[in-house]
Amino acid sequence: MKVSIYRYNPDTDREPTMKEYDVDTQGKDLMVLDVLNLVKEMDPSLGFRRSCREGVCGSDGMNINGKNGLACITSLSSVAPGVKEGKKALVLRPLPGLPVVRDLVVDMTMFYNQYEKVQPYLQNSTPAPAIERLQSPEERAKLDGLYECILCACCSTSCPSFWWNPDKFLGPAALLQGYRFLADSRDNATEERLARLDDPFSLFRCHGIMNCVSVCPKGLNPTRAIGHIRSMLLERGI
Amino acid sequence: MSIRTITFDAIVVGGGGAGMRASLQMAQSGFKTALISKVFPTRSHTVSAQGGITCAIASADPNDDWRWHMYDTVKGSDYIGDQDAIEYMCSVGPEAVFELDHMGLPFSRTEEGRIYQRPFGGQSKNFGEGGQAARTCAAADRTGHALLHTLYQQNLKNGTQVYSEWYAAELVKDGQGNVCGVIAICIETGETVFFKAKATVFATGGSGRIYASTTNALINTGDGVGMALRAGLPVQDIEMWQFHPTGIAGAGVLVTEGCRGEGGYLINKDGERFMERYAPNAKDLASRDVVARSMMMEILDGRGAGPDGDHVFLKLDHLGEEVLHSRLPGICELAITFAHTDPVKEPIPVVPTCHYMMGGIPTNVHGQAIRLANGHEGQDQFVNGLFAVGEVACVSVHGANRLGGNSLLDLVVFGRAAGLFIEDALRQGMTQYEPSNDDIDQALSRVRRWDDSKGGESVASLRKELQSTMQNHFGVFRKGDLMHEGVSKLAELRERVAKAHLEDKSQSFNTARVEALELDNLLEVAEATAIAAEGRKESRGAHARYDFPDRDDENWLCHSIYDPLTKQLGKRAVNFEPKTVDTFQPKARTY
Repeated sequence: MKVSIYRYNPDTDREPTMKEYDVDTQGKDLMVLDVLNLVKEMDPSLGFRRSCREGVCGSDGMNINGKNGLACITSLSSVAPGVKEGKKALVLRPLPGLPVVRDLVVDMTMFYNQYEKVQPYLQNSTPAPAIERLQSPEERAKLDGLYECILCACCSTSCPSFWWNPDKFLGPAALLQGYRFLADSRDNATEERLARLDDPFSLFRCHGIMNCVSVCPKGLNPTRAIGHIRSMLLERGI
Repeated sequence: MSIRTITFDAIVVGGGGAGMRASLQMAQSGFKTALISKVFPTRSHTVSAQGGITCAIASADPNDDWRWHMYDTVKGSDYIGDQDAIEYMCSVGPEAVFELDHMGLPFSRTEEGRIYQRPFGGQSKNFGEGGQAARTCAAADRTGHALLHTLYQQNLKNGTQVYSEWYAAELVKDGQGNVCGVIAICIETGETVFFKAKATVFATGGSGRIYASTTNALINTGDGVGMALRAGLPVQDIEMWQFHPTGIAGAGVLVTEGCRGEGGYLINKDGERFMERYAPNAKDLASRDVVARSMMMEILDGRGAGPDGDHVFLKLDHLGEEVLHSRLPGICELAITFAHTDPVKEPIPVVPTCHYMMGGIPTNVHGQAIRLANGHEGQDQFVNGLFAVGEVACVSVHGANRLGGNSLLDLVVFGRAAGLFIEDALRQGMTQYEPSNDDIDQALSRVRRWDDSKGGESVASLRKELQSTMQNHFGVFRKGDLMHEGVSKLAELRERVAKAHLEDKSQSFNTARVEALELDNLLEVAEATAIAAEGRKESRGAHARYDFPDRDDENWLCHSIYDPLTKQLGKRAVNFEPKTVDTFQPKARTY
C-alpha cells in the first residue's frame, strides 16, 4: 500500500516534504502505528512518538488523512475506504497548529502550558481524614467522561479557536481537566477556579465548533464540559 | 570531552508511578529534585495498569487485615519474597493509598462512599482459611492511568523539575564505584549532559520488550537494568518473568485479571471451564503463574481454540452489559479494537503473554541498591548514591511470582519509602561523589560507539532476533537444553550488537539513536535472564522447568544473584524475619 508521510528534519531540511513509501501490509487491517513501524524498519530516520500502543498513553496523536487520531488504535479500514486495499494513500502529518520538531513530532509546550493553567490537581483546604475522603457513587460518576483524558492533544490541535489563540484560549483538553476538578466533590477551590477562567479568552473563545468531540479517541466530550463551566460562571455572575 | 553538568540534590530516572512518587516526596520537602523521563511522564507504562492496587484498606471487608495480604503475597512469591519487605509494603500500604485519594485519584466508590475493592487472583481472608478476599482498590479498569495522572499533577503542584523526553544513557561512577549521577541525552536537541546528584534513583520500569509478545509498552526496554549491569552491578531473580494469563491473542494487549475478579472465566475450545481441574478452590483466581501454566497445558494438549489451536477464551458475556460497561469499560474498548470482539456478546481470545519482571536491582526497603562483596557471593554492601524503586528494583516483594494489584502498591509504597529515606539522608548531609573527567568519558563511550559506527547490521533486525530468541527459549515452560542453546544465541548476538550500525546521526529528536541505545539494554536484560534461568535448577513460581519440575527448597529457597562481570550465578539469602509478625514458613503451594 501507499503511505505518504510528512518529513522534516531541522538539521538537514530547509523545508518539509511529503515522502512516499510503499509498504507491504499483506492485505491485513493493521493499525496505523503498525504501518509506521514497518516504515521505520525501512527508514530508521523517520521520527514519531509511541509508547503503550493500545490507546492509553496519548503519545501518537497525529493527523491521519485529514483527521486527528491515535495511530495505535486507528485501523487502516477506518481511515477511509480504499486505504487498506492500497487504492488510496495513507497520508500522515503532524498534529496541526503546533510547531514541528521533526517529522511527525510536534512541540507540545503550548498544549502543556494551557493544561497547567487550570491547576489540574485536587485542592482541598480542610484537613485530610485518616482514611479516604468519602464520595458517593453518584458524586464519583460526575468524573466519568472527564478523568479518562490522555493528553494526546488531538482535540486542541483540531480546534480553530486554539489555532487562533493558542496562548490565550486554554483549548478543549485543558478545559476538560478544568471541569474535572470543578466537578470533583472532594475539591473546594471552585470559586478560585472559576475566577481564573472568567475572562474573554480562557474559556469564552470556544464557539462550539465541536471538532474536539469528533476527534477524541477516548470518546470524551470537551464541548459539554465547557458548557458546564459556562453555566457555573453564569450562575456565579448572578 | 567536556559536557554540561547540571547539579541536583536528587535525580529520579523514570517518570512512571514509582519515580513520580519518589520525586513528589522529595520535592514536597523542598529538595532540588529532577525527574528525568524518556517520555512525557503520563506516557509511562504505569498508565496501562488496569485492575487496581491491592491493599487492606478494609472497605469491602471491614475486618480485612494487612497480615492476610502479607500471607497471600508470601505464598504468591513461592516463598522467595523477602518477608521484611512484604511486611513493610502491606502494613504501610493503606496510608499510601489514602494519600492517593487525598491527592485526587478518582477511585470507584462503594455505596458507603469508600474506595471500591474487587477480588483479584491469589487473595484470601484469614491466612488462606477464609475464602476469596476482595482487596484490590480500583478506578474502574483504568487504575494505572488514574494513578499516573494524579501523581503527575501533584509533581506539577509541588514544582518538581521535569526533564521530559530526556534519555538516561549511562550511570556515572567515581573510581571507587560510588554513583555520582547519570549521562542523559535531550532527545529534542541531542545535547548530552551529566546530571550530578547525591542520590540517583532508578525508576526505569520493566523490560518486557525482550520478548516478542508482551503486554509491555514499546518503551519498556530495561534501561535501568542495562545501566546497572554495564556498571558491573548485580541483578537478582532476573529469571523470574511473569506471563499474564490474559493477553489478547495476536496483539499482546493486556486484559485485566479484574475481569476474572468480576466473575469472568476461561474456557477451552470445547467451552469447558478448565481451571476447575487445575485449581479446584480458587479456579480462575488462582495465582497468575498457575493460571498461565494451566492455559498452556490446555493448548499443548490440543484443546486450544482458533485455526492454529493457539489460544483459549475469556468469557465475560454472562456478567451482562451493565456490569461490563460500568466496571470494565476500558476492556470492552480494547477487545473491540484489538480482538474485533465485543465481550458483551462473545468471549475474548487470550493467551499467556510476557507481562512483568519480578527480578531487578536488589535493594532494601529504603530503595538502597545492594551488591555482594565478591560479585556473585559474599556479604551485602550498599552501592553508595544509587537507589532503585518499582519494577526495576527487586526489594523483593514479588519473589518468584507477583500477585495482581501488587505492582501499583509496590510503586507507591517504595517510591515513597525511598523519597523519605533520601530526604532524611540529605538533611543529615549526604556525600556528593565526584567523578573524574575519565569517569565521565568512560560513561560516554557507549553513546560514542553508536555515533561513530560506520556500517553493520540494523537495530531493528537484531532486536527482532533477540525477541524471538527469548520467546522461543525462555517462555512459560523451560528446558535445560533449549535454554543452553538460547544462551549461546545471545552470546553471539552480543558480538553482533557491538558492531551494529546507527545510520542516522542527526541531533533533533533522533529516535533511531534512542532505539540503538535501548537495544544494548535489551541485550543486557536478555542475557542475564537467560543465564539465571538456566542456572536455577528447580521450578518455582513463574520459573517452570520440564527437566526440574519440582520446587527444591533445600537448594533454591534463595534469591539468585547474577554478576555481569563474571557471568556467574550466585545465591543470596531470602529474608524470613518480619518485624511484627511470625515468619510464614514455606509450605506446598496450592490454590
